[in-house]
Amino acid sequence: MTLSNDHFNSGRRSLIVGGAAVAVAPTLFNVAQAQGATIKIGFPVPLTGPYSSEAQDQVRCAELAIKEFNESGGFNGRKAELLVRDTKLNPGEAATRALELIEKDKVDFMAGSLSAATQLSINAVCRDRKVLFNSISQSDTINEVKDWSMYTFHEALNPHLTAGAVARYAFPKFGKKVVYLTADYAYGQEMVRGFQRAGQSMGMQTLADIRHPIGTADFSAFLPRIQSLKPDILVMNNFGRDQLNAAKQATDFGLKATTKIIAPILLYTARQAGGPEAFEGILGGTSYYWGMEDKVPAAKAFNDKYRKAYGGGVPSDYGALGYAGVRSILQAVREAKSTDSMKVSIALRQMHYNSYKGDQFYRKCDHQSVQSVVIVESKSKNMKDKYDVFNVLAIEPANEKNLRSCEELGHKIST
Amino acid sequence: MFDITPQLFALQLMTGIALGAVYALLAIGLSLIFGMLTVVNFAHGAFFMVGAFLGIYSIALTGSFWFSLLLVPLATGAIGLVCERFLVRPLYGRGLDYPLLLTFGLSYVMIDVMRFTFGIEGLPTSTPPDLRGAVFLGFGYFPLYRLFLIAATAVIVLGLWLFIEKTRYGLIIRAGSRDPEIVKVLGIDIARVWWLVFGIGTAIAGLSGLLAAPTRAVNPEMGIPILAESFVVTVVGGMGSLPGAVVAGLLVGVVFSMTSLLAPEYAELSIFVLMAVVLLIRPQGFFGKAGLMS
Repeated sequence: MTLSNDHFNSGRRSLIVGGAAVAVAPTLFNVAQAQGATIKIGFPVPLTGPYSSEAQDQVRCAELAIKEFNESGGFNGRKAELLVRDTKLNPGEAATRALELIEKDKVDFMAGSLSAATQLSINAVCRDRKVLFNSISQSDTINEVKDWSMYTFHEALNPHLTAGAVARYAFPKFGKKVVYLTADYAYGQEMVRGFQRAGQSMGMQTLADIRHPIGTADFSAFLPRIQSLKPDILVMNNFGRDQLNAAKQATDFGLKATTKIIAPILLYTARQAGGPEAFEGILGGTSYYWGMEDKVPAAKAFNDKYRKAYGGGVPSDYGALGYAGVRSILQAVREAKSTDSMKVSIALRQMHYNSYKGDQFYRKCDHQSVQSVVIVESKSKNMKDKYDVFNVLAIEPANEKNLRSCEELGHKIST
Repeated sequence: MFDITPQLFALQLMTGIALGAVYALLAIGLSLIFGMLTVVNFAHGAFFMVGAFLGIYSIALTGSFWFSLLLVPLATGAIGLVCERFLVRPLYGRGLDYPLLLTFGLSYVMIDVMRFTFGIEGLPTSTPPDLRGAVFLGFGYFPLYRLFLIAATAVIVLGLWLFIEKTRYGLIIRAGSRDPEIVKVLGIDIARVWWLVFGIGTAIAGLSGLLAAPTRAVNPEMGIPILAESFVVTVVGGMGSLPGAVVAGLLVGVVFSMTSLLAPEYAELSIFVLMAVVLLIRPQGFFGKAGLMS
């Protein structure tokens, strides 16, 4: 516990120091901006609220990418700097912070966001001001033509891909009758669509789709109904503390005796905060689990960097996305030999990279990162240490075919 | 639409009562402090949260949930006593808003202290081994722990009622809430009574945090939403009324639970609608005295 607090404290301190530097910067460095100025990456994430533990790890990992870039010489001697801001999980707040980062702090690029809704508002701000944004949170909409622009990149998985992979793995195994328990906003709604599309061809039957507001502390009131519907599968389309509370209370109500609980994204952080009992036997997808390191060499290298920087801990799934999101931008800066958003965008489009989980690339038509999906199940026995929480059941390899087609997203030019 | 069988209805009702039990416990503490000290304690949710954290630590240290049931309220009560003595007491006689703002700030201090001490991720909790599993109630399976929660609330409410109605000290408390001046004239140290009442209120808040911990995520912010809901309960029940807190607590729990069944999207809203309706029809709440806030 103490170790992670130290990180948190030092993170805070660097935030404050960073803030002070920014406050001084406009007067001192305006002239020097063209040469030698730091490369600033804005990083708006929900540091407070129900997704705060995930956001905190995103910051830790993003700092790792910055450190790595600076220690390997930066770009023409220019170092990178991360400007972290709190979105409070509110799209309006996120847009305001993004606008300030661009107008006041003069960031070169934007990465970050956590929540399907805040990333869209950040994207809108960045798109209008032609600042490259690499989103590290799940969303289907961000790649669709009406929200997308040349400056929009999507490092994270998207609901269609994640829900699809989990459905392809779990639906044939556990039965046909499904109940959805869904956080009532973009993330949950997109996940339900993902599951239902994948389930169509398998003859899956939706018994109910129960919607709850984001940040629900008590799910018990939904559980008797789910119990009486007797589903084979309960899909929990919620996130962060919501997922933790839902898992905990579903376990209390004895739902697991008759129903397999699955989640499109099974969060490392929620599992850590919830304990083995609540999550026992729950199956889900994830973009990354540190335990992949036996099979994926890049994962081992990334974990080791994290362990070294943060006292032996391991990165979380969403944390790792923070690393990849920032690292991609910085790698593209070097390849483009420029910090111009359009030039970096063109470089990103060409890039094939292996940052932490195996080979990835950005699909040209919509800038979605094509990548693998990991299927994990929560452990309750034979855990080696406190980090050992999941079994990796399968890794669905990166495949463009599992994404919606460019045409379906409204993009005229494919690949 | 779907069938609402009598079994489902009964189960949903039980769920509502279990939910309401936690609301009632929190609202009792709020009402006790308000009724006696006219302090709107905005730090009540924070005491609830501290109780949950201390509970986890106490269970880990002593290995006993039952022993912690005794230890945690003593600890949060002690924190409450210190807060009253040094922070709240200097503000008596300055109107409603001074202590309100103070406790509001105090809650943020407490939340941040917990963030720095335990991190923002929160801590895992588990149901005490004796109380795990679900029991068959004749109409469906219901978690044993939630039954215990209802029973524990009943015991606490009964204990508090006996204390206030049947003991000499309770008599002083009741007299003090009616007319502090006369009580003072009779040679009773009213400041001491207020001090203890604040302690009892915060002890109950800590205890309800410990009791609620196994059913929900424990993190530094856990007291924020439940505080808002508890205020709804005290307003519906009548500020300062203990029976009001219990009745309204259970009612709010049941209304939330039933709306969750019929129209889950409106569950959160339903309790505020309930409050609005009660305020329109009976502004002082079910059992409240009119004009208390003025």
